[in-house]
Amino acid sequence: MSDHELRVSKIRDGTVIDHIAGGQALNVLAILGVDAASGDTVSVAMDVPSDRLGTKDIVKVEGRELSQDEVDVLSLIAPAATINIVRDFDVVEKHRVESPEEVVGVLSCPNRHCITTGDEPVDTRFDVLGDGIRCQYCETIVREEIADHIVVG
Amino acid sequence: MNHDHIISAKQLSRADIEAVLDRAAEFAADPSAWGDRHENALLGLLFFEPSTRTKMSFTAAIKRLGGDVVDMGTVESSSVKKGESLADTVRVVEGYADALVLRHPSEGSAKMASEFVDAPLINGGDGAGQHPTQTLLDLYTIRENAGFEDLTIGIMGDLKYGRTVHSLAHALTNVDARQHFVSPESLRLPRSVRYDLHEEGASIREHTELDTVLSELDVLYVTRIQRERFPDESEYRAVAGEYQIDTETLEAAKDDLTVMHPLPRVDEIAHDIDGTDHARYFQQAHNGVPVRMALLDILLGGDR
Repeated sequence: MSDHELRVSKIRDGTVIDHIAGGQALNVLAILGVDAASGDTVSVAMDVPSDRLGTKDIVKVEGRELSQDEVDVLSLIAPAATINIVRDFDVVEKHRVESPEEVVGVLSCPNRHCITTGDEPVDTRFDVLGDGIRCQYCETIVREEIADHIVVG
Repeated sequence: MNHDHIISAKQLSRADIEAVLDRAAEFAADPSAWGDRHENALLGLLFFEPSTRTKMSFTAAIKRLGGDVVDMGTVESSSVKKGESLADTVRVVEGYADALVLRHPSEGSAKMASEFVDAPLINGGDGAGQHPTQTLLDLYTIRENAGFEDLTIGIMGDLKYGRTVHSLAHALTNVDARQHFVSPESLRLPRSVRYDLHEEGASIREHTELDTVLSELDVLYVTRIQRERFPDESEYRAVAGEYQIDTETLEAAKDDLTVMHPLPRVDEIAHDIDGTDHARYFQQAHNGVPVRMALLDILLGGDR
């Protein structure tokens, strides 16, 4: 394989998430619940030169088509991401991420006095604002470093 | 008013507020005349933190309406001590009572608890979050003394952690009050509250000194600055001292300024103000009974 070929080979079936801001790929995997235990075959390219973003990350998840709900959550940390659904080596669907109205169970509340940080049978719920997220329980607003609050399963 | 639970002042419209205050005024006219209104109704008290006023005034309110309380008691003496979740506790106590009052140290606790019960649940204070029944009695006191029209109010003290302030500030957007917030820089309104006030298009100003606005105010709402918010005693004393008022301070105020405080106070309002016409904080505390009677009456179906 020459230097001009793709660093990561094409996948037969699955999802390619492109145009992730450089350095955010591992957070994307955390949001998608992809880890060693999930059994998915995953390829990650990080800090790939990009005209649009300077550098970008790319994530390929084989054998799995991500739902719209799953990818919408990505908008919090990768607003420019594009989602490519691949079947038999062809891109059959391509779409941008869209900001969801709320995010359930993916993020933890940074307010240590919030009821969701205790041992209660409740998922975290955040409203998505124009420039951040807000806990529906304690109303704390988070604008910076949202990725730091991803609950890694 | 059409709410299953009372969680936050934010859920209350102007019409909701007026409905509660009007009903409260009826009850206040003769509090002892309503003993058959909700005969045998039981109010479950779940206080995970100490409370004097809120707990006693809810107890007085339900008893004035002919009902009674079932009280969880202190956390130390309850099953919470054994590690029971709040979600489980409220589901159990719901079976013992017709309505619940919850005070809990965690923010968002009342909202979460309300998702697990059908009986009306009233937030009696959730950490530094909301305290809507305090807000309603504050509004009652403001309406009684200064009225809601063309109202200018100053709110002073610990604006960061004071939950009564957060609830009140939001509720005052319903009556288009001009709100002045006076506090040390370190105890400014939290971002989430300022966000809400801006979203509501509220008229707010923030100040570090009372002098700059005192003469404009119809109401001055004073809150306590707590020692534990400061790293050391000397810093606390220096800051707290700047937010204390006495009769000399009020010489620059309007003659009919109403001074309020959610109580307990320490030394932020000097005792020499108590005997003046400005002092309304004891009346404010007393208003907790008719206002909570009104809220319970509405939630228990008194308006149907």
